[in-house]
Amino acid sequence: MAYSPIVMDHFKNPRNVGEILDADGLGEVGNPVCGDMMSVYIKVVDNRLEDVKFKTFGCGAAIAVSSMITSMAKGKTLEEALKISNADVAEALGGLPPNKLHCSNLGADALHSAIKNYQDRKSGKVKPLSLEIDKEPHVKGTGGGKCYCPYCETKVDDEAHFCMSCGQELPHEHDH
Amino acid sequence: MPLIYLDHLSATPLHPKVKEAMTQHLETVFGNPSSDNQVGQPAAAALEKARAQVAALINAEPKEVVFTSGGTEANNHALKGVAIGLREKGRHIITSNIEHKSVLNSLRTLRLLDYRVSSLDVDQYGLVDPAAVEKAITPETILISVMLANNEIGTIEPIADIAQIAQKHKIVFHTDAVAATGIIPVDVQKLGVNLLSLAANQFYGPAGVGALYIRKGTPIWPLLDGGLQENKRRAGSENLIGIVGLGAAAEAAAQEMPMNLPRIKALKERLAKGLIAGIPEIKVNGHPEQCLPHLFSASVTYIEGESLMMLLEDEGIIVNTRSACASGSLRASHVLIGTGLDHALAQGTLVFTLGRDTTEAGIDHVLAVMPGIVQTLRDMSPIYKKEHTA
Repeated sequence: MAYSPIVMDHFKNPRNVGEILDADGLGEVGNPVCGDMMSVYIKVVDNRLEDVKFKTFGCGAAIAVSSMITSMAKGKTLEEALKISNADVAEALGGLPPNKLHCSNLGADALHSAIKNYQDRKSGKVKPLSLEIDKEPHVKGTGGGKCYCPYCETKVDDEAHFCMSCGQELPHEHDH
Repeated sequence: MPLIYLDHLSATPLHPKVKEAMTQHLETVFGNPSSDNQVGQPAAAALEKARAQVAALINAEPKEVVFTSGGTEANNHALKGVAIGLREKGRHIITSNIEHKSVLNSLRTLRLLDYRVSSLDVDQYGLVDPAAVEKAITPETILISVMLANNEIGTIEPIADIAQIAQKHKIVFHTDAVAATGIIPVDVQKLGVNLLSLAANQFYGPAGVGALYIRKGTPIWPLLDGGLQENKRRAGSENLIGIVGLGAAAEAAAQEMPMNLPRIKALKERLAKGLIAGIPEIKVNGHPEQCLPHLFSASVTYIEGESLMMLLEDEGIIVNTRSACASGSLRASHVLIGTGLDHALAQGTLVFTLGRDTTEAGIDHVLAVMPGIVQTLRDMSPIYKKEHTA
């Protein structure tokens, strides 16, 4: 399945690329072993996301997801932003190929993790932001627990080792 | 600017002579080569002409060439056919860690049937050590399969040396020569192999047709059971139109190789030197000398291959990536990991395969646009930032 025109647009002309040096919150998820790595920076004013920026290592879908979710989150209250789900991002992008849905999980995870980082810091749970120190451990995708066989795109069980539809071995070193 | 196609590994455009031969065949022949009548005879003649053309390309006897549906079937046939043929003799097979999936997954199936497989590590260049092959041999060993040239990094394996070891121990030796045949000289006598796989779509023939060379006397059971076609080795009505294309492609490859090789080598050199000079921190994969002349594999640090490939396509440049994200399987390439690359670096790997239509202007366009694209993606990458502000 090919990428939608919206995905291609956000991939080729990504919005909100960059860092916020005096960010109020930082969410970092993924790792290069999985294939994708995403950092989301937020600036919060009056409980609203005044600015959101990202840096991403990843495929076309991962970059498009980063661009879309930061665009969607900008201007929203923290509560509203926390409600943005993986499915919302995928839908706004005009759909993602089933085996790329995990990229949208990463986007929502990174945003939510940045907001959590801001809230933790505000409540004194973590020290003021240091870009190199604040790190969320890799968060697994939470998007409804749906996994797809990368070979035949059939929905598969989360823990399955073989696809029951096409018999292929399923990769598990990769995040879902 | 016309499309700059640098993915000849995935498919090659039909050679004009192949197109001509196939078209002419389509218009004049429809018979079944097995029919002993005036309709079948021209078909049988076309089949045997193609067999002779393929045999000439690899210096074999025509009757040692069995047509298949491509490289995958040839590899499946070689491995499963010998395993079944020699099941009474032993159940141990030796291979390398960087074989094509059609070899690795055939062996996966054979494991289910209680065959044991020793899969040998390769060095940083992807080379198999012949001494390691000899060390892995047991009295149970019935087959050794090592590819002639790797399709991801281009490394050319010491096949003649391994074949000598196999001969010494009276073990059947198969080589998957799909990535090499039609590109570099392949001579089954000099290589000393029992079995060799090749595919037409690697050298300007049609996809869906290939051949398995079976040295006279090699114990091998058919993969497809049925009638008497292909000297009883491969049942089923022949894909004659494809086979005619393969034959024409083999003849054209043999004719044009002396002319094409130096030209392609020079273009690859230009690409390699230009990219190394223009992009800091890239790693070239494969052996520096023992390498396919048309293949250049490089890993670009800090970025991911699919996004790089897509931005190059936007510039009219078609390449291949070994990134897990683009692989369909979401797994890092077993070949790159096998040569010791870490997962992040493997993610940023591009494979350029040049062809007879590749021009200097095309290569120069790649050299002009790729450094900028890489920088755009690096500026977007959280890993690049970390290493470069430290």
